[in-house]
Amino acid sequence: MKKEIVNELKTRFPALSRNEGTARAIAAAFAMQRDPTVKEIAAVKTAVSEAVTNSIDHGYRDREGFVEMTLRLFSDGTLAVHIKDKGAGIENVGEAMRPTFTTAPAEEEHSGLGFTIMESFTDKLRVRSAVGRGTDVYMEIKLKGKLPPDTEDTRDA
Amino acid sequence: MLKIYNDGGRITAAITGDIDHHAARELRSALDEIIFSSRPDTLILDLEGVGFMDSSGVGLVLGRMKAVKAYGGRLILKNVGSDTAEVLRLSGLSRLIAENRTAAKN
Ligand SMILES: Nc1ncnc2c1ncn2[C@@H]1O[C@H](COP(=O)(O)OP(=O)(O)OP(=O)(O)O)[C@@H](O)[C@H]1O
Ligand SMILES: [Mg+2]
Repeated sequence: MKKEIVNELKTRFPALSRNEGTARAIAAAFAMQRDPTVKEIAAVKTAVSEAVTNSIDHGYRDREGFVEMTLRLFSDGTLAVHIKDKGAGIENVGEAMRPTFTTAPAEEEHSGLGFTIMESFTDKLRVRSAVGRGTDVYMEIKLKGKLPPDTEDTRDA
Repeated sequence: MLKIYNDGGRITAAITGDIDHHAARELRSALDEIIFSSRPDTLILDLEGVGFMDSSGVGLVLGRMKAVKAYGGRLILKNVGSDTAEVLRLSGLSRLIAENRTAAKN
């Protein structure tokens, strides 16, 4: 199944919590070109919010830095979301992805469900991380909406 | 944003806007102020005005549920949208939903 990139958008922003909403809005706006369903938009916003929040809240907990979000739309309707930070990193990714696992102190009331929610709202989730170097979250969400007519020719048969 | 309706034992807190990590901090302290000053038998979180909620919202709801339970009260959720309901379902919190916005509309 060969697919081409139809469109691409790269953003980079400082690790400020108010940028969580900004990142969601950007990703939702980017996905709009595929005429997605309300449910698909909610999936995009939720998955982006979880990953960006983790970078800001855990990756850059004790340091300043930038989060990079790259959005790619493929000819078959796949939206690929890539969220990267150069923060603290994760010691054991498998353990971190387990439901209710959190390293945040109890008074912050983290449910430890961020990865579980990402998993549920995406078709593909891959997490790479190295302690002291940062974390890289790659997600794919299949948008079944129609491409606008002017890009119809780049669609898979 | 938060609007409070108090009728003695029952307090309704109507939340508007996105419930994410950024918004959760302020919402938490505002809700805790109500909980600890009024100790309502029932705290109703009305999510009619909430268009988005992620795991930070789950933490917020869980934390308030525990705070209310600690003195024998209960917390219920009202007017929960379908996407928020899905996040709550994944978190095992569906039982807190009293009246569902989408169910009422369909
Ligand atoms: N970008 C990141 N940088 C460093 N650590 C991370 C990152 N993302 C996740 N983690 C680690 O993985 C754990 C689990 O993440 P997850 O999002 O599932 O839960 P949480 O963020 O702790 O809680 P919640 O998302 O429910 O508020 C975090 O507690 C943290 O230790
Ligand atoms: Mg998280």
